[in-house]
Amino acid sequence: MNIVVCVKHVPDTASRIRIGANGTSIDTSDISFVLNPYDEIAVEESLKLKEAQGGNVTVLTLGGENASSSLRTALAMGADEAIHIKAENWQGDSYATAKNIANEIQKLPFDLILFGKQAVDDDNLAVPQMVAEFLGIPSVTVVVSLEINGNTGKAEREIEGGKEVVEFSLPVAIAAQKGLNEPRYPSMKGIMTAKRKTITTIEATQFEAKAKIVKMEIPASRSTGKILGGVSELIGSLKNEAKVI
Amino acid sequence: MQNFIGVDYFDFDSLLNEEEILVRNSVRDFVSENLIPVIEKHYEEATFPNYLIPKLAELGIFGANLPEKYGCANLNNVAYGLIMQELERGDSGIRSFASVQGALVMYPIFTYGSEEQKDYWLPLLASGKKIGCFGLTEPDFGSNPGGMITRAVKDGNSYVLNGAKMWITNGTVADVAVVWAKLDGVVKGFLVEKGTPGFSAPETKGKFSLRASVTSELIFQDVRIPLENLLPKADGLAGPLGCLNQARYGIAWGVIGSMLACYDSALNYSKTRIQFDKPIASFQIIQDKLAKMLTEIVKAQFMTLQLGRLKDAGKLRHQQVSLAKRNNCREALEIARAARDIHGANGIANEYPVMRHMCNLESVKTYEGTEDIHALIIGADITGIQAFR
Ligand SMILES: Cc1cc2nc3c(=O)[nH]c(=O)nc-3n(C[C@H](O)[C@H](O)[C@H](O)COP(=O)(O)OP(=O)(O)OC[C@H]3O[C@@H](n4cnc5c(N)ncnc54)[C@H](O)[C@@H]3O)c2cc1C
Repeated sequence: MNIVVCVKHVPDTASRIRIGANGTSIDTSDISFVLNPYDEIAVEESLKLKEAQGGNVTVLTLGGENASSSLRTALAMGADEAIHIKAENWQGDSYATAKNIANEIQKLPFDLILFGKQAVDDDNLAVPQMVAEFLGIPSVTVVVSLEINGNTGKAEREIEGGKEVVEFSLPVAIAAQKGLNEPRYPSMKGIMTAKRKTITTIEATQFEAKAKIVKMEIPASRSTGKILGGVSELIGSLKNEAKVI
Repeated sequence: MQNFIGVDYFDFDSLLNEEEILVRNSVRDFVSENLIPVIEKHYEEATFPNYLIPKLAELGIFGANLPEKYGCANLNNVAYGLIMQELERGDSGIRSFASVQGALVMYPIFTYGSEEQKDYWLPLLASGKKIGCFGLTEPDFGSNPGGMITRAVKDGNSYVLNGAKMWITNGTVADVAVVWAKLDGVVKGFLVEKGTPGFSAPETKGKFSLRASVTSELIFQDVRIPLENLLPKADGLAGPLGCLNQARYGIAWGVIGSMLACYDSALNYSKTRIQFDKPIASFQIIQDKLAKMLTEIVKAQFMTLQLGRLKDAGKLRHQQVSLAKRNNCREALEIARAARDIHGANGIANEYPVMRHMCNLESVKTYEGTEDIHALIIGADITGIQAFR
């Protein structure tokens, strides 16, 4: 089975985010980047399928120079090869990203394309479906369980208050949700082996974005809480300050 | 759990290569998710989290800087050091376990062992299927191991060992002990397997430090081992000292992990603890303490990285390792004490990691050569006069 896993290099959620001087992107100077946590789950799923059924795992990213370190992480986890669509200071939207990814995947043999259900930086939840659409294949998102048998498969997806079971034929695009598996840690040997694996680099095409970010803002900081001395003080405060009773 | 970011005040990361960063991050995440949630319980109960051994082995922690042919990762020494740092950010006991297995058991077998010994033991130790310990210290010989009493005598097809070792990490749980004993007056290394008649390893109880690590006594009463259990290439005290040099190198990195954990906890605590209507972080005395901690962390990072680069270049002198081990242990302990202060009463509780690190560091400062002994090693080097005897 030929599996392509699409991954994104994103700011670590523990980093302190600041808006850049242009007001439409973040200042990346002081933050550390990691492989998007949902994409880690996608990589793990590809490795489990490969271990059980054989095949080849290619990881693919669109991103700047530094994004190669997320590809290395995936290679260290066990992926076989990597493709880096280079896009320094990428200003494209989900459409332009998906179009680049779809064009690249089209050149490869593929039975299964895995994604994380969302990137934790911009939270668009759009690229997997768009790539599937461009390639004319089914997509199943928010997947918490996956079975592949020959040319068909079955997935369980999370829906509000329950689960949905979906059947499909391959090739298919799957977007992974937490709970699908427990991603492995890159092992010391895996990290050393990854050094010898190849990353193929190509330049991104600047498709015209359909949507543009005009402004980014940090949420206003919450005012600090107040400790009250007792019930009567609370009632007084609700009446006179909050004016809710 | 929130990811741990660490300290990078001087763009230290720019001096690390891609795989060194990957190694650090992988072990860091492993420790955050697998060790930190359970460590306080093990510390309190004085148990080692045994179930983590296979996971540590799978990750490739044991003997990570040894060759691939033995199932190891062949990492450089900086990456190896970063593993030690991340393990000790969790707890010195886990780092001690890895140090003993890698630097004090696998390293001597790799360096002084026969081909048969290497082929048999190294893959078993790398995969965590067998656990090892290192017996040098004796009840009456600590800083002065050359005076050891434990003896080996050749008798037909075997060596017969008599004597006792003390303060031996992993002794009770070890499948194999690397034991240093005198044969015809010369220090030699022997492999003694668990279960050999006359050999016992009772656990040392009542420790206030390194509680999540097993410490033991090794007792040898007419213990008969085959001749092929001698490490053929070790001769004299240089044998065990060569191992200690590996382990001390790992400790120099390891305690930076304790520094990071204590500083991180103190910084966060000082920003949220309100006294006199303000976060305590707004008081100059607290800021001075935090600034000192940060300064010592940055100094230790750069010194220790250079130590690793020298080691990788084959230019490392053991006196340099003494200097770094001594400095970093002392400063880690100072940082832990200052962090404990900043936490006030909470500093003594196991809800925060600082008291545990502080207590652990008392051992780390003592084992593998005390602060004094390392001063004397440096002193002998720079003056040409040996002061310890
Ligand atoms: C938790 C733990 C785990 C350990 N694990 C191991 C292990 O796995 N294997 C192993 O072999 N050992 C192990 N050790 C032992 C450790 O290496 C020794 O404790 C250490 O070398 C110091 O020896 P000592 O305790 O006998 O102290 P001593 O040598 O008695 O020293 C006592 C004090 O005197 C000072 N002193 C001694 N000589 C001089 C001198 N010439 N000049 C000035 N001051 C001096 C010392 O600095 C120290 O302050 C462990 C110890 C601990 C606490």
